[in-house]
Amino acid sequence: MAYSKDYKYTKEHEWIQVQGNVGTVGITDHAQESLGDIVFVELPKPGAQVAAGSSFGSVESVKAVSELYAPASGKVTAVNEELNQTPEAINKNAQSAWMIKIELSNPKELDGLLTAEQYEAFIAEEK
Amino acid sequence: MPVEYPSSGGLVKEHLAVRTGVGMFDVSHMGDILIRGPQALDAVQWVSMNDASKLQEGQAHYSALLYPQGTFVDDVIVHKMGANDYLLVINAGTREKDHTWVRQNVSKFRCHADDVGDYYTQIAIQGPKAEATLQKLTNVDLKQIKNYWFKHGTVCGLPNTLIARTGYTAEDGFEIYVPSDVPTSERVWNEVTEAGKEFGIVPCGLGARNTLRLEGKMALYGHEISDTINVWEANLDRYCKMEKADFIGRASLEKAKNEGLKRILVGLEAVDRGIPRDGYKVFDKSGNEIGYVTSGSPAPFLKKNIALAYVPPSQAEVGNEILVEIRGQKVMCKVVPTPFYKRPKKST
Repeated sequence: MAYSKDYKYTKEHEWIQVQGNVGTVGITDHAQESLGDIVFVELPKPGAQVAAGSSFGSVESVKAVSELYAPASGKVTAVNEELNQTPEAINKNAQSAWMIKIELSNPKELDGLLTAEQYEAFIAEEK
Repeated sequence: MPVEYPSSGGLVKEHLAVRTGVGMFDVSHMGDILIRGPQALDAVQWVSMNDASKLQEGQAHYSALLYPQGTFVDDVIVHKMGANDYLLVINAGTREKDHTWVRQNVSKFRCHADDVGDYYTQIAIQGPKAEATLQKLTNVDLKQIKNYWFKHGTVCGLPNTLIARTGYTAEDGFEIYVPSDVPTSERVWNEVTEAGKEFGIVPCGLGARNTLRLEGKMALYGHEISDTINVWEANLDRYCKMEKADFIGRASLEKAKNEGLKRILVGLEAVDRGIPRDGYKVFDKSGNEIGYVTSGSPAPFLKKNIALAYVPPSQAEVGNEILVEIRGQKVMCKVVPTPFYKRPKKST
């Protein structure tokens, strides 16, 4: 699939879409495909602090548990609680199934992330 | 065997196909030990804890090979092929160990113990539509083969093929043993796929194999049974016939019975959000560590998060609430009856 140029990506297969000072975070289509049917998501509470590169939660398929890594640091301002009930939404459309919104504390961190092109090249190499 | 087949749509789809239609498994990795000779029965009785003298020709039963300590070498399905002829089907991972163990321990009897696993490709066809699927490929009347019995007949044009009504899914189904050469194996695999098409047959991998057997509370070596767990702890009493003549492990089991159980295998269901998984620690409500999870996973058919765990007998009562530590958090689970899933009774 063509990854949206509007987003930035991590090597751990998260995406972040930034509007102003807020970054919306999810996992990529590649990630959901590798995981298989997602049955469980563990997300932080609003108000929690997340640090770039550190785990902010987890996503589970039947077979395995995968950590979620924050693309950037800041305070969690919103959490998509719906995913607790319908984690399969991530499989249906990973690129739009947002998980958390972060009020960015250090927007410069975004410069270190991958562009859509770089991410596509990255996963092509992984294969 | 892969974890799952992309073509089937993944683990959950494979699991549900077996519960509602039919699925097929390439289980060729499993081992097959043939014990033959005038003292074959005595040999089997010595190494296997169940009573093989109760088997009729064409009948099979679940059993286990035990160490002198009463703990598990492996679990096994024993098939009586003839008065002097027994087939033991064992796990892939323990195949060599089992064969060496059996060979060494039956050497005092007049028999041969041969590892014939390489001669056979074993295919399991499992689910409510398994019989209908396989019937298209054989003239043997499958309705006549009862659960845990077997026959030899022509399957896919191959004469004298072993057809056993056995499996590891808690569904009705068959396991067939065909010659292992690649062209034959491929042809049979394809014919089974074709025969099952109208029932939605899919190939199933190790992932579904695990979730299916877990729902049916079937043991997996290295998890519910191992060389440090004894028969009583594993809750497999009914397959262990202490009343027969001496067998390896009997003395230790007698002793263990008299000493009383320190732990026992129970079924758990998560009450709060969370998935208990293999190896996670179990705590009582006061926060004391009391045991561990042997196998745990979401159950695709039951739509619950289930586990098997070892706990002290005092905590084993159905309904008892205990805690499983899931990624640093203690999550409430309760002891439930097992098996978690039992297939519906056939209506005639």
